[in-house]
Amino acid sequence: MNRVAVIGGGMTLFRRRLLETGKELSFLAAKMAMEDSGIEKKDLDMVVMGSAPDAFDGIHMKGENLLDGAAATNKPYVRLFNGGGTGVFAPIAGWWHVASGVADTVLVVCEEKMSSCFPHPQTAFQHIWDPILDRPLHPNLVWLFAMEMNRYMTMHNIKKEDIALVAVKNKRNAVGHPSAQLPDEKITVEDVLNSEIMAWPVQRLDISPPSDGASALILCSEDRAKQYTDDPIFIDGVGWNIDSTMWTNRDLYFPRYVANAAKMAYKMADIHDPKKEIDFAEPYDPFDYKELHHLEGLLLCDKGEAPILTREGVTQRDGKLPVCPSGGLLGVGNPIAATMGQKVCELYWQLSGKAGKRQIPTDPQVGVGQAWGDIMQMGTVIVMRRG
Amino acid sequence: MMTIKSKTEGYPRYAPGTHVSGRDISNKNVTYSWWEPEVQYSWSLGPAYGRFLQELKKGKIIGRSCKKCERVIVPPRMFCEYCYRSTDEWIYLKDTGKVETFSISYLDPNARRIKEPILIGVISIDGASPMHGFMHYFNDMKPEDLKIGMKVKAVWKSEKERTGSITDIKYFKPMNEGDK
Ligand SMILES: [Zn+2]
Repeated sequence: MNRVAVIGGGMTLFRRRLLETGKELSFLAAKMAMEDSGIEKKDLDMVVMGSAPDAFDGIHMKGENLLDGAAATNKPYVRLFNGGGTGVFAPIAGWWHVASGVADTVLVVCEEKMSSCFPHPQTAFQHIWDPILDRPLHPNLVWLFAMEMNRYMTMHNIKKEDIALVAVKNKRNAVGHPSAQLPDEKITVEDVLNSEIMAWPVQRLDISPPSDGASALILCSEDRAKQYTDDPIFIDGVGWNIDSTMWTNRDLYFPRYVANAAKMAYKMADIHDPKKEIDFAEPYDPFDYKELHHLEGLLLCDKGEAPILTREGVTQRDGKLPVCPSGGLLGVGNPIAATMGQKVCELYWQLSGKAGKRQIPTDPQVGVGQAWGDIMQMGTVIVMRRG
Repeated sequence: MMTIKSKTEGYPRYAPGTHVSGRDISNKNVTYSWWEPEVQYSWSLGPAYGRFLQELKKGKIIGRSCKKCERVIVPPRMFCEYCYRSTDEWIYLKDTGKVETFSISYLDPNARRIKEPILIGVISIDGASPMHGFMHYFNDMKPEDLKIGMKVKAVWKSEKERTGSITDIKYFKPMNEGDK
């Protein structure tokens, strides 16, 4: 297998609604990543597009609709998605293009435009439920997460105050991010606990906002990377894993599929003790409890221990294990697939010391990014390393 | 409308994009096109869900067994996804069970706010393997009385009202002494 480097990243603004079309957003993010790395369209061997449900855009097979904006005309091109898992799965697909040797230089673009769907993007989510057993009950997607959160809280006797700390941390971390939709320097635990109840135990400030946006990465082989940079960042491990669709036949308190994906990625990256060897993490945080759930799934702490680490400040940007230094989905926004910007581009920026105001002060060498998708069943994990 | 190219130290150095607010839309500062799809679907149920719903119409909950992993599975399927083999037998289950998790929802399916909360959760069904059940409503209780681990019993529609749907069970209620 060829070692795969990251040499450029890009992100658009994330907002509830952007004027630009999906194609235009793809262009803006891709162009930024190409300028960052010095790569032009002619240098790209292949393009990977990540974008989640077609139902948001109302454009079936939207990969074809988006490709012009992703520098993919007349090139090998694939669009893929696994719901929220896409933001890490798309760069994993980019990785296998290069690792296999079929491509030297690959552009990965992730795009989401949730604002097209009325009355609310939640309406599109109705289409993901089982049509026979679930849809007659007129479910709302937030129910799923509320039920998972409740199970997780109850099994470990976790207080809502400890979970709210995650929303506070991430919205504060997002303050230095130019894309950020909901940065908030002054937010407190009380603000989260007093916010509107959506589906108990989920309250409004426990949830990341729906957004429009795009992000992009340039991946290339180690040899090619040397032509463009003295300080490449490498993707040294990838993992993905999916659990049964029958989510009412599983205990939701622990995401075993994330643990499986993490083990795959750590093994590939030659990491034996993730608690000691991982310097920082960008776990998927569409809800505040998900950061905790995923830290446990990523084996960065014991089951039920993540809220304690959070309370003790371990996961702050200047803590022992900084978590979501980007500001995460809670602070920067949640244009589903485009959250590659926080989960993977951020690893690249942090590891190359380019994160500016968001920079982790302790000179991190190894980071892990993770996303989560489909119906509480998909784990996608990427391990990146300096030099 | 506001085009933002806010520069920061560090990367990304700027974030291109044009923010459109709700007011921009109501004031018609932006143009857009509109489309309302009209489409219907008819899903075949397959032998497993088909039998399951037929049994619900009779007021019974049925599962399938896998002899290899010794699971009694509900909702039933014709194959075991873990052992990857055909399941073995139909098994009637009770219409009682245990609350494994729940939510108290103030959101309708379109994320619109509702005053009276919907009580929803996962019930593991008595007679099936642990953690094996389905999602349904709760009622005949106060929201604050709903707890994980609570024993519940199905409340059925009348025989005449049943159509062969998951909603042939109206909801689950707290199990009282004497309920079987
Ligand atoms: Zn089996």
